[in-house]
Amino acid sequence: MSLNSADIKRIAHLARIEVSDTEAEATLTKLTGILGLIEQMQAVDTKGIVPMSHSQDVTQRLRDDVVTETNQRELFQSIAPAVEGGLYLVPKVIE
Amino acid sequence: MINKSLKQLGAMLQGKEISSVELTQEFLNRIDRLNPEINAFITLDKDKTLAQAKHADSLLAAGKGTALTGLPIGQKDIFVAKGWRTTCGSKMLETFIGPYDADIIERFDGVGAVNLGKTNMDEFAMGSSNETSYFGKVQNPWDRSRVPGGSSGGSAAAVAARLCAAATGTDTGGSIRQPASLCGLSGLKPTYGLASRFGMIAFASSLDQSGPMAKSCEDMALMMNVITGFDKRDSTSLNREKEDYTRDLSKPLAGLKVGLPKEYFAEGLGADVAKVVNEAIAEYKKLGAEIVEISLPNTQLSIPVYYVLAPAEASSNLSRFDGVRYGHRAKEYGDLMDMYCKSRAEGFGAEVKRRILIGTYVLSAGYYDAYYLKAQQIRRLIAQDFENAFKQCDIIMGPTAPSTAFKAGEKADDPVAMYLQDIYTIAVNLAGLPGMSIPAGFAPSEDGKRLPVGLQIIGNYFDEARMLNAGHAYQQVTDWHTQMPEGIE
Repeated sequence: MSLNSADIKRIAHLARIEVSDTEAEATLTKLTGILGLIEQMQAVDTKGIVPMSHSQDVTQRLRDDVVTETNQRELFQSIAPAVEGGLYLVPKVIE
Repeated sequence: MINKSLKQLGAMLQGKEISSVELTQEFLNRIDRLNPEINAFITLDKDKTLAQAKHADSLLAAGKGTALTGLPIGQKDIFVAKGWRTTCGSKMLETFIGPYDADIIERFDGVGAVNLGKTNMDEFAMGSSNETSYFGKVQNPWDRSRVPGGSSGGSAAAVAARLCAAATGTDTGGSIRQPASLCGLSGLKPTYGLASRFGMIAFASSLDQSGPMAKSCEDMALMMNVITGFDKRDSTSLNREKEDYTRDLSKPLAGLKVGLPKEYFAEGLGADVAKVVNEAIAEYKKLGAEIVEISLPNTQLSIPVYYVLAPAEASSNLSRFDGVRYGHRAKEYGDLMDMYCKSRAEGFGAEVKRRILIGTYVLSAGYYDAYYLKAQQIRRLIAQDFENAFKQCDIIMGPTAPSTAFKAGEKADDPVAMYLQDIYTIAVNLAGLPGMSIPAGFAPSEDGKRLPVGLQIIGNYFDEARMLNAGHAYQQVTDWHTQMPEGIE
Protein backbone atom coordinates (compact mmCIF):
# COMPACT_ATOMS: atom_id res chain seq x y z
CA MET A 1 0.00 0.00 0.00
CA SER A 2 1.70 3.19 -1.10
CA LEU A 3 0.55 6.54 0.17
CA ASN A 4 1.10 10.03 -1.21
CA SER A 5 0.99 13.33 0.60
CA ALA A 6 -2.61 13.98 -0.48
CA ASP A 7 -3.53 10.75 1.36
CA ILE A 8 -1.73 12.04 4.44
CA LYS A 9 -3.76 15.23 4.34
CA ARG A 10 -6.97 13.26 3.93
CA ILE A 11 -6.16 10.95 6.87
CA ALA A 12 -5.08 13.93 8.97
CA HIS A 13 -8.40 15.58 8.26
CA LEU A 14 -10.25 12.43 9.37
CA ALA A 15 -8.15 12.55 12.56
CA ARG A 16 -8.86 16.28 12.99
CA ILE A 17 -5.21 17.25 12.95
CA GLU A 18 -4.05 20.18 10.83
CA VAL A 19 -0.92 19.42 8.78
CA SER A 20 0.93 21.79 6.49
CA ASP A 21 2.24 20.65 3.09
CA THR A 22 5.81 20.36 4.40
CA GLU A 23 4.64 18.39 7.45
CA ALA A 24 2.66 16.07 5.17
CA GLU A 25 5.81 15.33 3.15
CA ALA A 26 7.88 14.54 6.25
CA THR A 27 5.06 12.44 7.73
CA LEU A 28 4.72 10.52 4.46
CA THR A 29 8.28 9.14 4.69
CA LYS A 30 7.83 7.97 8.27
CA LEU A 31 4.37 6.51 7.74
CA THR A 32 5.54 4.64 4.65
CA GLY A 33 8.24 2.98 6.78
CA ILE A 34 5.73 1.99 9.45
CA LEU A 35 3.21 0.69 6.91
CA GLY A 36 6.02 -1.36 5.34
CA LEU A 37 6.48 -3.01 8.73
CA ILE A 38 2.76 -3.65 9.04
CA GLU A 39 2.61 -5.16 5.56
CA GLN A 40 4.45 -8.28 6.90
CA MET A 41 1.09 -9.42 8.26
CA GLN A 42 -0.32 -10.04 4.82
CA ALA A 43 1.90 -13.10 4.32
CA VAL A 44 0.09 -14.95 7.14
CA ASP A 45 -2.85 -17.22 6.36
CA THR A 46 -5.50 -16.32 8.93
CA LYS A 47 -8.48 -18.04 7.37
CA GLY A 48 -10.90 -19.26 10.02
CA ILE A 49 -9.03 -17.75 12.99
CA VAL A 50 -11.28 -16.01 15.49
CA PRO A 51 -10.07 -12.46 16.15
CA MET A 52 -8.83 -11.90 19.72
CA SER A 53 -9.65 -8.80 21.73
CA HIS A 54 -9.22 -10.00 25.34
CA SER A 55 -7.01 -12.79 26.62
CA GLN A 56 -9.60 -14.04 29.07
CA ASP A 57 -12.97 -15.39 28.07
CA VAL A 58 -14.99 -12.56 29.56
CA THR A 59 -18.31 -10.98 28.75
CA GLN A 60 -19.43 -7.43 29.33
CA ARG A 61 -20.79 -6.97 32.83
CA LEU A 62 -24.24 -5.49 33.30
CA ARG A 63 -25.41 -3.35 36.18
CA ASP A 64 -28.72 -1.96 37.34
CA ASP A 65 -29.87 1.07 35.37
CA VAL A 66 -29.58 3.52 38.23
CA VAL A 67 -27.75 6.80 38.73
CA THR A 68 -24.27 6.15 40.13
CA GLU A 69 -22.53 9.47 39.49
CA THR A 70 -22.99 12.69 41.40
CA ASN A 71 -23.17 15.98 39.56
CA GLN A 72 -19.71 17.57 39.50
CA ARG A 73 -20.34 20.13 36.78
CA GLU A 74 -18.46 22.95 38.47
CA LEU A 75 -15.41 20.83 39.19
CA PHE A 76 -15.28 19.45 35.66
CA GLN A 77 -15.88 22.82 34.06
CA SER A 78 -13.13 24.40 36.14
CA ILE A 79 -10.60 22.69 33.84
CA ALA A 80 -12.35 23.51 30.56
CA PRO A 81 -10.78 26.00 28.12
CA ALA A 82 -13.94 28.15 27.82
CA VAL A 83 -17.23 28.01 29.74
CA GLU A 84 -20.04 30.44 30.38
CA GLY A 85 -23.16 30.03 32.50
CA GLY A 86 -22.45 26.34 33.04
CA LEU A 87 -22.03 25.65 29.32
CA TYR A 88 -18.97 24.76 27.26
CA LEU A 89 -18.22 27.44 24.68
CA VAL A 90 -17.42 26.49 21.09
CA PRO A 91 -17.51 28.49 17.83
CA LYS A 92 -20.99 28.98 16.43
CA VAL A 93 -22.17 25.84 14.58
CA ILE A 94 -25.70 26.85 13.55
CA GLU A 95 -26.26 30.00 11.48
CA MET B 1 19.39 4.66 53.73
CA ILE B 2 18.54 5.56 50.15
CA ASN B 3 19.41 2.06 48.96
CA LYS B 4 17.07 0.34 51.38
CA SER B 5 14.12 -1.60 50.04
CA LEU B 6 10.47 -0.81 50.70
CA LYS B 7 10.45 -3.78 53.03
CA GLN B 8 13.41 -2.43 55.03
CA LEU B 9 12.14 1.14 55.11
CA GLY B 10 8.73 -0.13 56.16
CA ALA B 11 10.33 -1.95 59.10
CA MET B 12 12.16 1.26 60.10
CA LEU B 13 8.86 3.16 60.05
CA GLN B 14 7.06 0.50 62.06
CA GLY B 15 9.96 0.39 64.54
CA LYS B 16 9.85 4.21 64.93
CA GLU B 17 13.49 4.52 63.83
CA ILE B 18 12.38 7.19 61.38
CA SER B 19 9.14 9.01 60.62
CA SER B 20 7.43 9.14 57.25
CA VAL B 21 7.89 12.93 57.22
CA GLU B 22 11.66 12.53 57.73
CA LEU B 23 11.91 9.81 55.11
CA THR B 24 9.80 11.73 52.61
CA GLN B 25 11.81 14.91 53.21
CA GLU B 26 15.03 12.98 52.56
CA PHE B 27 13.74 11.90 49.14
CA LEU B 28 12.39 15.40 48.40
CA ASN B 29 15.86 16.80 49.19
CA ARG B 30 17.42 14.31 46.81
CA ILE B 31 14.92 15.30 44.12
CA ASP B 32 15.81 18.99 44.65
CA ARG B 33 19.46 18.16 44.19
CA LEU B 34 19.44 15.59 41.38
CA ASN B 35 16.20 16.04 39.47
CA PRO B 36 17.10 19.29 37.67
CA GLU B 37 19.48 17.20 35.53
CA ILE B 38 17.87 13.76 35.53
CA ASN B 39 14.34 15.16 34.95
CA ALA B 40 12.63 12.05 36.27
CA PHE B 41 9.89 13.99 38.07
CA ILE B 42 7.81 16.57 36.20
CA THR B 43 5.37 17.61 38.90
CA LEU B 44 6.01 17.98 42.61
CA ASP B 45 3.60 19.25 45.24
CA LYS B 46 5.56 19.19 48.48
CA ASP B 47 2.67 20.44 50.61
CA LYS B 48 0.41 17.61 49.47
CA THR B 49 3.21 15.07 49.74
CA LEU B 50 4.24 16.09 53.26
CA ALA B 51 0.60 16.24 54.39
CA GLN B 52 0.26 12.61 53.30
CA ALA B 53 3.46 11.74 55.17
CA LYS B 54 2.11 13.40 58.29
CA HIS B 55 -1.12 11.46 57.96
CA ALA B 56 0.90 8.25 57.54
CA ASP B 57 2.81 9.03 60.75
CA SER B 58 -0.47 9.34 62.61
CA LEU B 59 -1.58 5.97 61.22
CA LEU B 60 1.72 4.43 62.28
CA ALA B 61 1.51 6.00 65.74
CA ALA B 62 -1.98 4.56 66.13
CA GLY B 63 -0.69 1.11 65.18
CA LYS B 64 -2.73 1.17 61.98
CA GLY B 65 0.21 0.98 59.60
CA THR B 66 0.45 -1.74 56.94
CA ALA B 67 3.34 -2.79 54.67
CA LEU B 68 3.44 0.39 52.56
CA THR B 69 2.21 2.97 55.06
CA GLY B 70 4.42 6.05 55.03
CA LEU B 71 6.54 4.97 52.06
CA PRO B 72 7.12 7.58 49.34
CA ILE B 73 6.17 6.29 45.87
CA GLY B 74 6.68 8.05 42.53
CA GLN B 75 3.52 7.98 40.41
CA LYS B 76 3.75 7.87 36.64
CA ASP B 77 2.10 10.99 35.26
CA ILE B 78 -0.37 8.85 33.30
CA PHE B 79 -2.44 8.38 36.47
CA VAL B 80 -5.01 11.06 37.22
CA ALA B 81 -4.66 12.25 40.81
CA LYS B 82 -7.12 14.64 42.40
CA GLY B 83 -5.72 18.15 42.68
CA TRP B 84 -2.45 17.12 41.02
CA ARG B 85 -1.39 18.35 37.61
CA THR B 86 -1.64 15.29 35.37
CA THR B 87 -0.06 15.75 31.93
CA CYS B 88 0.62 12.30 30.45
CA GLY B 89 3.82 13.90 29.15
CA SER B 90 1.87 16.06 26.72
CA LYS B 91 1.41 19.73 25.96
CA MET B 92 -2.24 18.76 25.44
CA LEU B 93 -2.59 18.35 29.21
CA GLU B 94 0.02 20.87 30.34
CA THR B 95 -2.41 22.62 32.67
CA PHE B 96 -4.77 19.73 33.41
CA ILE B 97 -5.54 19.34 37.13
CA GLY B 98 -6.95 15.92 37.98
CA PRO B 99 -10.59 16.18 39.13
CA TYR B 100 -10.60 12.64 40.59
CA ASP B 101 -8.24 9.83 41.61
CA ALA B 102 -7.25 6.90 39.43
CA ASP B 103 -7.91 3.50 41.00
CA ILE B 104 -4.20 2.96 41.61
CA ILE B 105 -3.87 6.35 43.35
CA GLU B 106 -6.85 5.52 45.59
CA ARG B 107 -5.31 2.19 46.44
CA PHE B 108 -1.93 3.66 47.45
CA ASP B 109 -3.66 6.47 49.37
CA GLY B 110 -5.84 3.85 51.03
CA VAL B 111 -2.87 2.06 52.58
CA GLY B 112 -1.26 5.34 53.65
CA ALA B 113 1.53 5.40 51.07
CA VAL B 114 2.90 8.83 50.15
CA ASN B 115 2.61 10.23 46.61
CA LEU B 116 6.08 11.71 46.15
CA GLY B 117 5.35 13.30 42.77
CA LYS B 118 4.50 12.60 39.16
CA THR B 119 7.14 11.03 36.95
CA ASN B 120 8.12 11.91 33.41
CA MET B 121 7.09 9.66 30.52
CA ASP B 122 6.89 9.46 26.77
CA GLU B 123 3.94 11.50 25.55
CA PHE B 124 0.76 9.45 26.08
CA ALA B 125 3.10 6.48 26.79
CA MET B 126 4.11 6.32 23.13
CA GLY B 127 7.83 5.73 22.99
CA SER B 128 10.71 3.56 24.16
CA SER B 129 13.19 6.26 25.18
CA ASN B 130 11.25 8.95 27.05
CA GLU B 131 12.35 11.36 24.32
CA THR B 132 8.81 12.11 23.16
CA SER B 133 7.88 13.81 26.46
CA TYR B 134 6.81 17.44 26.07
CA PHE B 135 8.63 18.09 29.34
CA GLY B 136 12.04 17.09 28.07
CA LYS B 137 14.05 13.93 27.98
CA VAL B 138 15.13 11.94 31.03
CA GLN B 139 18.74 10.97 31.74
CA ASN B 140 19.66 7.37 32.43
CA PRO B 141 21.41 7.53 35.84
CA TRP B 142 23.94 4.89 34.72
CA ASP B 143 25.14 7.06 31.83
CA ARG B 144 23.63 10.50 31.62
CA SER B 145 24.12 10.66 27.84
CA ARG B 146 21.82 7.68 27.37
CA VAL B 147 18.07 7.19 27.46
CA PRO B 148 16.30 5.52 30.40
CA GLY B 149 13.96 3.64 28.06
CA GLY B 150 10.27 4.27 27.93
CA SER B 151 7.56 4.96 28.22
CA SER B 152 7.90 4.72 32.04
CA GLY B 153 11.37 6.30 31.76
CA GLY B 154 10.84 8.85 34.54
CA SER B 155 9.75 6.17 37.00
CA ALA B 156 12.71 3.98 36.04
CA ALA B 157 15.27 6.79 36.34
CA ALA B 158 13.73 7.93 39.64
CA VAL B 159 14.13 4.48 41.22
CA ALA B 160 17.60 3.98 39.69
CA ALA B 161 18.81 7.35 41.02
CA ARG B 162 17.21 6.54 44.39
CA LEU B 163 14.92 9.57 44.17
CA CYS B 164 12.11 7.39 45.47
CA ALA B 165 11.79 4.02 47.13
CA ALA B 166 9.65 2.67 44.29
CA ALA B 167 7.39 3.91 41.52
CA THR B 168 4.46 2.92 39.38
CA GLY B 169 4.53 2.37 35.65
CA THR B 170 2.27 1.26 32.83
CA ASP B 171 3.07 -1.23 30.11
CA THR B 172 1.30 -1.37 26.75
CA GLY B 173 4.12 -2.96 24.73
CA GLY B 174 7.03 -3.06 27.18
CA SER B 175 6.83 0.32 28.89
CA ILE B 176 7.55 -1.05 32.37
CA ARG B 177 9.95 -3.86 31.48
CA GLN B 178 12.19 -2.13 28.90
CA PRO B 179 13.00 0.92 31.09
CA ALA B 180 13.45 -1.41 34.09
CA SER B 181 15.98 -3.32 32.00
CA LEU B 182 17.80 -0.20 30.79
CA CYS B 183 17.95 1.37 34.28
CA GLY B 184 18.76 -1.75 36.32
CA LEU B 185 15.63 -2.25 38.35
CA SER B 186 12.76 -4.69 38.71
CA GLY B 187 9.49 -4.06 36.90
CA LEU B 188 6.37 -6.17 36.49
CA LYS B 189 3.45 -6.01 34.07
CA PRO B 190 0.59 -8.07 35.56
CA THR B 191 -1.85 -10.29 33.68
CA TYR B 192 -4.21 -8.06 31.69
CA GLY B 193 -7.25 -7.26 33.81
CA LEU B 194 -5.65 -7.65 37.26
CA ALA B 195 -4.97 -3.94 37.77
CA SER B 196 -7.69 -1.40 37.07
CA ARG B 197 -7.30 1.01 34.17
CA PHE B 198 -9.67 3.52 35.78
CA GLY B 199 -8.00 6.93 35.77
CA MET B 200 -5.03 5.70 33.80
CA ILE B 201 -5.06 7.90 30.70
CA ALA B 202 -5.87 5.47 27.90
CA PHE B 203 -3.42 4.62 25.11
CA ALA B 204 -4.39 1.15 23.80
CA SER B 205 -7.12 -0.14 26.08
CA SER B 206 -6.84 -3.84 25.20
CA LEU B 207 -3.12 -3.83 26.10
CA ASP B 208 -2.60 -1.17 28.81
CA GLN B 209 -1.75 -2.47 32.25
CA SER B 210 -0.17 -0.80 35.28
CA GLY B 211 2.43 -2.36 37.53
CA PRO B 212 5.23 -1.87 40.06
CA MET B 213 8.79 -0.65 39.42
CA ALA B 214 11.04 -1.25 42.39
CA LYS B 215 14.44 -2.36 43.57
CA SER B 216 13.53 -5.96 44.28
CA CYS B 217 10.94 -8.66 43.61
CA GLU B 218 10.02 -8.68 47.29
CA ASP B 219 9.12 -4.97 47.03
CA MET B 220 7.15 -5.62 43.84
CA ALA B 221 5.16 -8.33 45.62
CA LEU B 222 4.21 -5.83 48.34
CA MET B 223 3.13 -3.33 45.68
CA MET B 224 1.19 -5.98 43.73
CA ASN B 225 -0.84 -6.63 46.88
CA VAL B 226 -1.96 -3.00 46.70
CA ILE B 227 -2.28 -2.46 42.94
CA THR B 228 -4.37 -5.48 41.95
CA GLY B 229 -8.03 -6.09 42.57
CA PHE B 230 -11.41 -5.86 40.94
CA ASP B 231 -12.75 -2.44 39.97
CA LYS B 232 -16.23 -2.14 38.55
CA ARG B 233 -15.27 1.15 36.90
CA ASP B 234 -12.99 -0.72 34.44
CA SER B 235 -15.01 -2.84 32.03
CA THR B 236 -12.11 -5.27 31.50
CA SER B 237 -11.20 -5.63 35.19
CA LEU B 238 -11.25 -9.27 36.28
CA ASN B 239 -13.30 -10.21 39.33
CA ARG B 240 -10.97 -12.58 41.18
CA GLU B 241 -10.13 -13.31 44.78
CA LYS B 242 -7.38 -11.11 46.21
CA GLU B 243 -4.01 -12.85 46.30
CA ASP B 244 -1.02 -12.41 48.57
CA TYR B 245 1.85 -12.06 46.12
CA THR B 246 4.46 -12.53 48.84
CA ARG B 247 3.21 -16.02 49.67
CA ASP B 248 5.61 -17.98 47.45
CA LEU B 249 8.67 -15.72 47.57
CA SER B 250 10.84 -18.14 49.50
CA LYS B 251 9.86 -21.39 47.80
CA PRO B 252 12.80 -23.43 46.49
CA LEU B 253 13.19 -23.43 42.70
CA ALA B 254 14.20 -27.08 42.36
CA GLY B 255 12.37 -28.65 39.45
CA LEU B 256 11.14 -25.35 38.00
CA LYS B 257 10.94 -25.79 34.23
CA VAL B 258 12.31 -22.72 32.49
CA GLY B 259 11.62 -22.36 28.78
CA LEU B 260 14.02 -20.42 26.58
CA PRO B 261 12.35 -19.31 23.34
CA LYS B 262 14.88 -19.82 20.56
CA GLU B 263 13.46 -16.78 18.73
CA TYR B 264 14.55 -14.56 21.65
CA PHE B 265 18.17 -15.59 21.24
CA ALA B 266 18.31 -15.29 17.46
CA GLU B 267 19.62 -12.54 15.18
CA GLY B 268 18.94 -9.05 16.51
CA LEU B 269 20.02 -9.77 20.10
CA GLY B 270 23.17 -7.90 21.10
CA ALA B 271 26.06 -10.22 21.99
CA ASP B 272 26.73 -8.28 25.21
CA VAL B 273 23.11 -8.71 26.31
CA ALA B 274 23.09 -12.41 25.32
CA LYS B 275 26.17 -13.03 27.47
CA VAL B 276 24.60 -11.55 30.60
CA VAL B 277 21.27 -13.30 30.03
CA ASN B 278 23.00 -16.66 29.53
CA GLU B 279 24.94 -16.17 32.77
CA ALA B 280 21.66 -15.51 34.57
CA ILE B 281 20.18 -18.70 33.10
CA ALA B 282 23.26 -20.59 34.35
CA GLU B 283 22.54 -19.20 37.82
CA TYR B 284 19.01 -20.56 37.59
CA LYS B 285 20.41 -23.99 36.74
CA LYS B 286 22.46 -23.80 39.94
CA LEU B 287 19.25 -22.98 41.81
CA GLY B 288 17.78 -26.24 40.54
CA ALA B 289 15.81 -25.05 37.52
CA GLU B 290 15.50 -27.32 34.52
CA ILE B 291 16.09 -25.58 31.20
CA VAL B 292 14.09 -26.50 28.10
CA GLU B 293 14.20 -24.96 24.63
CA ILE B 294 10.85 -23.75 23.38
CA SER B 295 9.62 -21.93 20.29
CA LEU B 296 7.41 -18.87 19.89
CA PRO B 297 7.28 -18.96 16.09
CA ASN B 298 5.19 -15.81 15.59
CA THR B 299 7.48 -13.52 17.60
CA GLN B 300 8.47 -11.41 14.57
CA LEU B 301 4.82 -10.75 13.77
CA SER B 302 4.14 -9.20 17.16
CA ILE B 303 5.59 -5.86 16.04
CA PRO B 304 3.41 -5.38 12.93
CA VAL B 305 0.36 -6.62 14.84
CA TYR B 306 1.07 -4.21 17.69
CA TYR B 307 1.59 -1.27 15.34
CA VAL B 308 -1.89 -1.85 13.93
CA LEU B 309 -3.79 -2.55 17.14
CA ALA B 310 -2.15 0.00 19.44
CA PRO B 311 -2.43 2.98 17.03
CA ALA B 312 -5.97 1.97 16.09
CA GLU B 313 -7.05 1.98 19.73
CA ALA B 314 -5.01 5.14 20.39
CA SER B 315 -6.62 7.05 17.53
CA SER B 316 -10.00 6.27 19.05
CA ASN B 317 -8.98 6.97 22.66
CA LEU B 318 -7.24 10.23 21.83
CA SER B 319 -10.23 11.58 19.91
CA ARG B 320 -11.47 12.82 23.30
CA PHE B 321 -8.91 15.61 23.19
CA ASP B 322 -10.96 18.11 21.25
CA GLY B 323 -10.15 21.38 23.02
CA VAL B 324 -13.70 21.63 24.37
CA ARG B 325 -14.00 19.96 27.77
CA TYR B 326 -10.38 19.93 28.89
CA GLY B 327 -6.89 20.10 27.49
CA HIS B 328 -5.22 22.48 25.09
CA ARG B 329 -7.25 24.81 22.89
CA ALA B 330 -5.54 26.80 20.12
CA LYS B 331 -5.48 30.58 20.68
CA GLU B 332 -6.65 31.41 17.18
CA TYR B 333 -9.13 29.51 15.06
CA GLY B 334 -12.06 29.99 12.71
CA ASP B 335 -14.97 27.57 12.86
CA LEU B 336 -15.43 24.50 15.06
CA MET B 337 -13.61 22.16 12.66
CA ASP B 338 -10.68 24.56 12.53
CA MET B 339 -10.62 24.70 16.33
CA TYR B 340 -10.40 20.90 16.57
CA CYS B 341 -7.70 20.63 13.91
CA LYS B 342 -5.53 23.45 15.25
CA SER B 343 -5.92 22.47 18.92
CA ARG B 344 -4.90 18.89 18.18
CA ALA B 345 -2.08 19.93 15.83
CA GLU B 346 -0.63 22.16 18.57
CA GLY B 347 -1.35 19.90 21.54
CA PHE B 348 0.08 16.61 20.27
CA GLY B 349 3.74 15.90 19.54
CA ALA B 350 5.10 14.26 16.37
CA GLU B 351 5.08 10.61 17.52
CA VAL B 352 1.56 10.83 18.93
CA LYS B 353 0.33 12.38 15.67
CA ARG B 354 2.02 9.64 13.65
CA ARG B 355 0.28 6.96 15.68
CA ILE B 356 -3.09 8.68 15.48
CA LEU B 357 -2.67 8.88 11.69
CA ILE B 358 -1.68 5.21 11.40
CA GLY B 359 -4.64 4.26 13.55
CA THR B 360 -7.02 6.43 11.57
CA TYR B 361 -5.75 4.92 8.34
CA VAL B 362 -6.05 1.26 9.39
CA LEU B 363 -9.56 1.86 10.72
CA SER B 364 -10.73 3.88 7.72
CA ALA B 365 -13.41 2.59 5.37
CA GLY B 366 -12.27 -0.37 3.29
CA TYR B 367 -9.16 -1.19 5.31
CA TYR B 368 -10.64 -2.56 8.53
CA ASP B 369 -10.53 -6.24 7.50
CA ALA B 370 -7.08 -6.04 5.95
CA TYR B 371 -5.50 -4.42 8.98
CA TYR B 372 -7.40 -4.39 12.27
CA LEU B 373 -9.19 -7.72 11.86
CA LYS B 374 -6.11 -9.39 10.42
CA ALA B 375 -4.03 -8.12 13.34
CA GLN B 376 -6.55 -9.46 15.86
CA GLN B 377 -6.40 -12.84 14.16
CA ILE B 378 -2.62 -12.97 14.29
CA ARG B 379 -2.86 -11.82 17.89
CA ARG B 380 -4.61 -15.09 18.62
CA LEU B 381 -1.81 -17.03 16.90
CA ILE B 382 0.69 -15.22 19.11
CA ALA B 383 -1.31 -16.10 22.24
CA GLN B 384 -1.49 -19.72 21.07
CA ASP B 385 2.33 -19.78 20.76
CA PHE B 386 2.51 -19.09 24.49
CA GLU B 387 -0.25 -21.58 25.27
CA ASN B 388 1.76 -24.28 23.52
CA ALA B 389 4.99 -23.19 25.19
CA PHE B 390 3.47 -23.41 28.66
CA LYS B 391 2.70 -27.08 28.02
CA GLN B 392 6.47 -27.63 28.09
CA CYS B 393 7.59 -25.24 30.83
CA ASP B 394 6.42 -23.39 33.95
CA ILE B 395 8.01 -20.08 33.15
CA ILE B 396 9.74 -18.43 30.19
CA MET B 397 13.02 -16.52 30.35
CA GLY B 398 14.95 -14.41 27.88
CA PRO B 399 16.25 -10.90 27.32
CA THR B 400 13.94 -7.95 28.02
CA ALA B 401 15.43 -5.70 25.34
CA PRO B 402 17.78 -6.45 22.44
CA SER B 403 20.35 -3.88 23.61
CA THR B 404 21.48 -1.88 26.61
CA ALA B 405 20.51 1.81 26.89
CA PHE B 406 21.23 3.69 23.68
CA LYS B 407 22.41 7.28 23.29
CA ALA B 408 19.82 10.04 23.41
CA GLY B 409 18.96 11.04 19.85
CA GLU B 410 20.29 7.81 18.35
CA LYS B 411 16.90 6.44 17.30
CA ALA B 412 14.75 9.52 17.84
CA ASP B 413 14.31 10.13 14.13
CA ASP B 414 13.69 6.53 13.08
CA PRO B 415 10.36 5.21 14.41
CA VAL B 416 10.84 1.72 12.99
CA ALA B 417 14.25 1.28 14.70
CA MET B 418 12.68 2.52 17.94
CA TYR B 419 9.77 0.07 17.62
CA LEU B 420 12.19 -2.87 17.36
CA GLN B 421 13.31 -2.14 20.94
CA ASP B 422 10.13 -3.89 22.02
CA ILE B 423 10.55 -7.12 20.04
CA TYR B 424 10.74 -9.32 23.18
CA THR B 425 8.11 -7.53 25.23
CA ILE B 426 5.21 -6.78 22.89
CA ALA B 427 3.95 -10.35 22.42
CA VAL B 428 3.36 -10.58 26.19
CA ASN B 429 0.92 -7.65 26.03
CA LEU B 430 -0.79 -9.06 22.95
CA ALA B 431 -1.31 -12.38 24.74
CA GLY B 432 -2.35 -10.59 27.96
CA LEU B 433 0.27 -12.50 29.96
CA PRO B 434 2.30 -11.24 32.94
CA GLY B 435 5.93 -10.31 32.27
CA MET B 436 8.70 -8.83 34.33
CA SER B 437 12.28 -7.67 34.06
CA ILE B 438 14.92 -8.03 36.75
CA PRO B 439 18.54 -6.81 36.78
CA ALA B 440 20.85 -9.60 35.61
CA GLY B 441 24.19 -7.84 35.32
CA PHE B 442 26.00 -5.21 33.32
CA ALA B 443 27.50 -4.84 29.88
CA PRO B 444 30.27 -2.31 29.28
CA SER B 445 29.59 0.49 26.79
CA GLU B 446 32.23 1.47 24.21
CA ASP B 447 33.16 4.40 26.47
CA GLY B 448 33.60 2.19 29.51
CA LYS B 449 30.32 2.79 31.36
CA ARG B 450 28.51 -0.05 33.13
CA LEU B 451 25.10 -0.46 31.52
CA PRO B 452 22.40 -2.63 33.16
CA VAL B 453 20.93 -5.66 31.40
CA GLY B 454 17.51 -7.06 32.27
CA LEU B 455 16.36 -10.66 32.35
CA GLN B 456 12.77 -11.05 31.26
CA ILE B 457 10.57 -13.59 33.04
CA ILE B 458 7.20 -14.39 31.44
CA GLY B 459 4.60 -16.37 33.33
CA ASN B 460 1.35 -18.04 32.48
CA TYR B 461 -1.89 -16.17 33.25
CA PHE B 462 -2.17 -15.25 36.96
CA ASP B 463 1.22 -16.79 37.72
CA GLU B 464 2.74 -13.60 39.15
CA ALA B 465 3.46 -15.23 42.52
CA ARG B 466 5.59 -17.87 40.82
CA MET B 467 7.42 -15.25 38.73
CA LEU B 468 8.16 -13.22 41.85
CA ASN B 469 9.36 -16.39 43.54
CA ALA B 470 11.76 -17.02 40.64
CA GLY B 471 12.98 -13.42 40.72
CA HIS B 472 13.35 -13.35 44.49
CA ALA B 473 15.35 -16.59 44.56
CA TYR B 474 17.78 -15.08 42.03
CA GLN B 475 18.00 -11.85 44.04
CA GLN B 476 18.96 -13.88 47.13
CA VAL B 477 22.08 -15.22 45.40
CA THR B 478 23.04 -12.15 43.29
CA ASP B 479 23.45 -8.48 44.11
CA TRP B 480 22.84 -6.83 40.72
CA HIS B 481 19.59 -5.34 42.05
CA THR B 482 21.28 -3.55 44.97
CA GLN B 483 23.99 -1.87 42.90
CA MET B 484 23.70 1.88 42.41
CA PRO B 485 24.92 4.15 39.63
CA GLU B 486 27.84 6.48 40.36
CA GLY B 487 27.29 10.16 41.01
CA ILE B 488 23.94 9.95 42.80
CA GLU B 489 25.26 10.04 46.36
